[in-house]
Amino acid sequence: MKLLNYTTSYFSAILLVLLGIWAVIFYLEMLDEIYDSLDDGLDNQKMLVINRAKQDPEVLQRSEFKDGSYTIKPIDKSSAISFKDFYRDTLMYMQNEDEYEPVRLLETVFKKDDEFYKLKIITSMVEEDDLIEDLLFSLILLYVGLILSIVLLNNLILKKIWNPFYTLLQQLKDFRLGKDQKIETVPSKIEEFNLLNTRVEQMLGKSISSYNSQKQFIENAAHELQTPLAISINKLELLVEKEDMNDEQIELIASVLYNLEGLTRMNKSLLLLSKIENQQFPEEEIVNFNDLITELKSDFQDLAGHKEMEISIGSTSELNYKMNKGLARILLSNLLKNAIIHGQKRSEIEIEISARNFIISNIANNGALDPENVFSRFQKKSPSKNSTGIGLAIAQTIAKKYELQLIYHYKQKHVFQLRFPY
Amino acid sequence: MKILIIEDEKDMLQNMKDFLLKENFVVETAESVAEARNKIGVYTYDCILLDINLKDGSGFQLLEELKQNKIEDGVIIVSARNSLDDKLEGLNLGADDYLAKPFHMAELNARVKAVLRRRQFNGNNKIKIGNLSIDLDEHEASIDDKPLHLNRKEYEILLFFTSNQNRLVNKSALAEHVWGDHIDQADSFEFIYSQIKNLRKKLKTAGAEIEIKAVYGIGYKLITQ
Repeated sequence: MKLLNYTTSYFSAILLVLLGIWAVIFYLEMLDEIYDSLDDGLDNQKMLVINRAKQDPEVLQRSEFKDGSYTIKPIDKSSAISFKDFYRDTLMYMQNEDEYEPVRLLETVFKKDDEFYKLKIITSMVEEDDLIEDLLFSLILLYVGLILSIVLLNNLILKKIWNPFYTLLQQLKDFRLGKDQKIETVPSKIEEFNLLNTRVEQMLGKSISSYNSQKQFIENAAHELQTPLAISINKLELLVEKEDMNDEQIELIASVLYNLEGLTRMNKSLLLLSKIENQQFPEEEIVNFNDLITELKSDFQDLAGHKEMEISIGSTSELNYKMNKGLARILLSNLLKNAIIHGQKRSEIEIEISARNFIISNIANNGALDPENVFSRFQKKSPSKNSTGIGLAIAQTIAKKYELQLIYHYKQKHVFQLRFPY
Repeated sequence: MKILIIEDEKDMLQNMKDFLLKENFVVETAESVAEARNKIGVYTYDCILLDINLKDGSGFQLLEELKQNKIEDGVIIVSARNSLDDKLEGLNLGADDYLAKPFHMAELNARVKAVLRRRQFNGNNKIKIGNLSIDLDEHEASIDDKPLHLNRKEYEILLFFTSNQNRLVNKSALAEHVWGDHIDQADSFEFIYSQIKNLRKKLKTAGAEIEIKAVYGIGYKLITQ
């Protein structure tokens, strides 16, 4: 749940409880006030009726409410003396509404010419259910209004306040070490955010610089090794041509040469890897993977033929993707080479191409590989001494650079799958 | 044939010089842009091997000067910076070829020979060794004027050997030249053997006066009888 929604949901829960309690109290208070003023009104009317009764004896004959709002009945003295004024709610048939409606009734006694009379005065009363309904309706309106204003407030003001935080967060989300991008923070008046910004900047700065120096180191080291390696190999090539060399000496030199060449290959691979990571392949074009793999198949035909392997390509669709063509070639040829080198003799290498997938599988007599480690550098599972163990790491680096997913899984076969984004 | 090597790495320079001297080229050397400029001003070379990173300047600069002065020496750039940009820039500036370090001497030899051939035999692009002749335009080899039916790989292997006749050719140099960079696995060297075997058989059947001899552990040698 997002921070803003989180606070909003808390606010709405608290508000619901608060408004609920408040509504009950408000309702009771209001009802109390209404009764109070109704009763005052009744009291006043009582006085008016009594006064009128003193002047107009006909009034005393009103024993039914009929069109008036009061009745007067004579009562005996004994019950009159113990009688006390009281107000109560009752129901009365209302013609206009055609139903019984609550009314407020005041019963009292008064004395006139030594006669005691009981006076009942009614006044129409507020309908409680209507009141509750109205109140509830208003409350819901108020509640919705409040929630809306909170959401609005959150989105306008809080968002503004939290802006430095969200900006930082967004950048951290997109941040990839090695993509050579900087985090740009928004200066804020809020101390905590400033602290967060400076800390994050410092930490990232350190990570970036150590990452860069490591990358630079690998590239420089690999680069600096090229020349001495070249010189050594060339000197041995010259040496081996000397006429007085015997077979034993030649064999020794051959072994040294063989190892130096291995070193050169590894060095080249490392250099390539750091070049890819250093974004030194900026050119991009639409690469057709169907054509590319067909081309590579013929390049590798000799190698596969030597192991009596068949390479079959099945495609259900054209697969085009925008990337550096050279890297696409390296990516596919490393996968193909891997399948040939580690595949079983006289087996088949199957390549399937669909609109969003490139799948290459080969049969090998060893079991499933660890999918976690298979793309790590120098993970060598093969008895082949000259495999540098870096080909799949390069393939993975290229795949990552172009947001492709390179996945390994085992289904009685080693399957390498390249998933292309939509 | 006169070759100028411009290279500031002394050992590298010595290697190239020793190797090319054995091919009976006249080899001169320069270790800086200034020295190279002097030599180019005075002599004409059939081929110049040019390093890009020199102590007192860039090889590209020298290349530009060559083209401005309409000096038509063949130029092969030899660089440790194996980048496509450098390669394209070099070729755009008029270099004939680009060779990335580290390289095998046999490869250098093949490139130099190719440049020399392109400059020398205008129109008549043929190599003759004994009774073998190779038509470079038609990509065809023949023995005593009878065509030798070679597949593309066999043709390239033979061509590489003819550039390096009587020299020891490292099998990885051969593999890289014929099959490209991606053939770099130990297993792959076995299959070179079967290709060579076929080629030898074809040469022998046709009665060629050349022979591809195996040198144990290292590679092969093309010997003229």
